[in-house]
Amino acid sequence: MKLSEIVEVLGARVLVGEDQMDKEVNTCGASDLMSDILAGLSEGCILLTGLTTVQVIRTAMVASVGAVVFVRGKKPPQEVIDLAKAQNLPLISSPYSMFVSCGRLHDCNLTGLDGNR
Amino acid sequence: MAGLVKSFNIKARDFNHAGEASISVQSLLKSMNYNPKLIRRIAICGYEGEMNAVMHGGDGFLRIEIDSDKLVLEVSDSGQGIEDIELAMQAGYSTANDDYREMGFGAGMGLPNMKKNADQIIVESEKGQGTQVRMIFFIKEGDMPA
Repeated sequence: MKLSEIVEVLGARVLVGEDQMDKEVNTCGASDLMSDILAGLSEGCILLTGLTTVQVIRTAMVASVGAVVFVRGKKPPQEVIDLAKAQNLPLISSPYSMFVSCGRLHDCNLTGLDGNR
Repeated sequence: MAGLVKSFNIKARDFNHAGEASISVQSLLKSMNYNPKLIRRIAICGYEGEMNAVMHGGDGFLRIEIDSDKLVLEVSDSGQGIEDIELAMQAGYSTANDDYREMGFGAGMGLPNMKKNADQIIVESEKGQGTQVRMIFFIKEGDMPA
């Protein structure tokens, strides 16, 4: 699934990475626990989270996450956006809750980090 | 031939910069064209260790030693040390406070995840004496720079 389709399904706003909307992602991890993302098969996944700290970006970089989606319409502080920009990491803001964001993406055949649906 | 050694400073409780040392190691290995899967394992180990030092330890460093047959990653801090290493290695055991949990850490998965990703791990610590974690990654076919 392309990032542009994910943005459409979530009615989301692209904060960083307009030029990367053709990027393909097939797995999704949803967590506010960075340890879960670091311990999972998160390579190339999209990470849904309610956290908006710089550590989310650093976790995403270290774990080779493909894009980060902030739920509940959250917009991270400017320093977080700047760090993602510098690292070419797409950031998306979904207006929906974690539950509804996940449900919408599950409907589009995205799997969890372990490949389960 | 002596391997290439690089060291990056870690500052305790500095959450704005926590993780930068690991990302520097990741960038260095990327620039040397190592296998991305190997780089990811090393970056995750470095980051988990760096966050442990920032949250629980003291000032220290993250050091990578690059040899032809292996990469050795060391996280060293001058903090309070680990009282019971065996307990700290158990998944789910954590001494993190609520502030750290709110940042998405403190699930007690740091050391277990480092153990999972490294080929070998040696943890040395004593109460009041800081902590040194050495992780070894053996270079296998396909891991070498192209």
